[in-house]
Amino acid sequence: MIEALLTLLFFAVVSFGFMAGLLLIVAYLLWADRKIWAAVQMRRGPNVVGPWGLFQSFADLIKFALKEVVIPDGANKGVFVIAPLVTATLALAAWAVVPVSEGSFFGLVEGKWVISDINVGILYLFALSSLGVYGVIMGGWASNSKYPFLSALRSAAQMVSYEVSIGFVIVTVLMCAGSMNLTEIVRSQHTGLGTMLGLPGSFLDWYFLPLFPMFIIFFVSALAETNRPPFDLVEAESELVAGFMVEYSSTPYLLFMLGEYVAIVLMCAMTTILFLGGWLPPIDVPPLNWVPGFIWFFLKVVLVFFMFALVKAFVPRYRYDQLMRLGWKVFLPISIFYVVLVAGVLVGFGWAP
Amino acid sequence: MTDTQSVRNFSINFGPQHPAAHGVLRLVLELDGEVCTRVDPHIGLLHRGTEKLIEHKTYLQAVPYFDRLDYVAPMNQEHAWCLAIEKLLGLTVPRRGQLIRVLFSEIGRILSHLLNVTTQAMDVGALTPPLWGFEEREKLMVFYERASGSRMHAAYFRPGGVHEDLPPQLVEDIGTFCEHHNKVLDDIEGLLTDNRIFKQRNVDIGVVSLKECFEWGFSGVMVRGSGAAWDLRRAQPYECYDEMDFDIPIGKNGDCYDRYLIRMQEMRESVKIMKQCVNLLLGAERNGPVSANDGKVVPPKREEMKRSMEALIHHFKLHTEGFHTPPGEVYAAVEAPKGEFGVYLVSDGTNKAYRCKLRAPGFAHLQAMDHICRGHMLADVSAVLGSLDIVFGEVDR
Repeated sequence: MIEALLTLLFFAVVSFGFMAGLLLIVAYLLWADRKIWAAVQMRRGPNVVGPWGLFQSFADLIKFALKEVVIPDGANKGVFVIAPLVTATLALAAWAVVPVSEGSFFGLVEGKWVISDINVGILYLFALSSLGVYGVIMGGWASNSKYPFLSALRSAAQMVSYEVSIGFVIVTVLMCAGSMNLTEIVRSQHTGLGTMLGLPGSFLDWYFLPLFPMFIIFFVSALAETNRPPFDLVEAESELVAGFMVEYSSTPYLLFMLGEYVAIVLMCAMTTILFLGGWLPPIDVPPLNWVPGFIWFFLKVVLVFFMFALVKAFVPRYRYDQLMRLGWKVFLPISIFYVVLVAGVLVGFGWAP
Repeated sequence: MTDTQSVRNFSINFGPQHPAAHGVLRLVLELDGEVCTRVDPHIGLLHRGTEKLIEHKTYLQAVPYFDRLDYVAPMNQEHAWCLAIEKLLGLTVPRRGQLIRVLFSEIGRILSHLLNVTTQAMDVGALTPPLWGFEEREKLMVFYERASGSRMHAAYFRPGGVHEDLPPQLVEDIGTFCEHHNKVLDDIEGLLTDNRIFKQRNVDIGVVSLKECFEWGFSGVMVRGSGAAWDLRRAQPYECYDEMDFDIPIGKNGDCYDRYLIRMQEMRESVKIMKQCVNLLLGAERNGPVSANDGKVVPPKREEMKRSMEALIHHFKLHTEGFHTPPGEVYAAVEAPKGEFGVYLVSDGTNKAYRCKLRAPGFAHLQAMDHICRGHMLADVSAVLGSLDIVFGEVDR
């Protein structure tokens, strides 16, 4: 009994610590996003709160937290309040299975660079990111307002469409890795194209190279999945003003924003794990492999996030029907074809793990 | 559940506080899913009664109202007003004055096109071009300020010429600007022209045939986009446009993308014209009056006023009573950045206009919104609206 309680307490402490770290990182990624965007647009970006505007995210947090929560008269109050909670909770919960590195956590706990090392981690992630659409639909519907309603309709179609191609992309990776456990997927990238050529373990072994088209499709679908430009139809400013968030203010709005950015970082982490070799160093030689794995992981996530940020700064927005066309008529056939191709190659050459 | 259910279209208010409504436009959209079945523009939220106000001002006092019509390219509107008065009075503007007018009209064209092209990009979701464009507009507004003392509401073109001569340094700086401007246009084009998404959002969207253009009373870029090489600077040259060397870009398809390309190209052509003006203003036309020296219309120079009794009287009369025009009616139009901006002026021989009708191109373009957008999707409405180049100052007047 005591033991069970201790385990529970342990998990609570670890989860809380992880979440605090994650939110801190998200706060600075948010700042970085704005800075990068500003740099592209020849602006300065946040530069007033703290040195180089470093405390901007915290100032925003305080501002949002102190404002009045406005709930529209016609809104369905229960659903209206739950919606942002759903978004934020799901986005945060997904991080439970993300391995940041492997081995012991600074020699303290064995194998604890991930909160829960479940053997179907990728399915869990997939399930939670699909559920993310509920937050948007609930928020859009409960607002009882026209722009949010249209936005909810769009998001339902969009997120579901891209989920399908993401699913097939993941299948190709799974076939190569032979496991649904995220740690195993990264480990399987120890060997690959590079080691086949007799080189030491390097970035040539990672899946982004043999599965390059899938890497691109995954990246683009991740943009669509997280409602980033050019797929931000759900909150398209020039059409739907702010989409499902039109009626939100204060902390509920903050939770939507937070959930959105946590989901974006999650997608960056997934790209890192599936295609960029997770915590593996780019070349497995000293001094590169002396650097702790979580630092490599972090750097890769930041790199992918940088690409997310640049895309936001450069592209116009797709129209609704063009978005659907891209998802169903371009990405889906390519990814299905690649699933068949990869399966054929793996079986044909006897490389299947 | 009953057997028959009444299905109602979804109607939404697009504006007046909508971020893509370009000011205070209110569109009532009727949507069938995402497809627009009706687009109903409601205007009047920025109506200030300019035409009526002009009837109560002397001719000179009415000039600043024109800055506030299409406030994106203020001097082009003043130009039409001045031309109308000059036509009524039979006044000719000295050559240096003409060159300065042409120079600043082209600056106005770049001001307007830069704003429009980049906000059109913003309407289809690209958020970066507007900031690049505004950086460039800022420089042009500084030129406005150095010429007239005001960044936007210049009141610089006056009946008979322009208010003050330009300092030589300003003309040189405009020359320097011309050297670098094409590079900025290249950068903006790099983001948009060949961008697949930008093309998907604009090609074959909002197509208007040439016949429809004429039926709806379009002008400017809207007709040129549909293939007519109609430009008032060429068709009925005013000032010294007939001496200038420039091309008129025209489109083939009459869609949003063609209109975008035309505006980009027109900016390059404007730079060409500006360079010619700068060369003349620094060279052959370095010295000379910038305003007609008819003391009954153009107020005297200050130093002259201090010396001459006659000038002092002229000054007093012109700034109190103003000048009288012979009775009659005239129509004067300029090729404003947005199309044909015309002033129809009726004079009864007093010091004020009896009636002044303003022909704003944006008004004619906006009335076709329903015609152009019907059957398009919601997202296309903002793309089309962006390519029509609407500024509410002139639509509502």
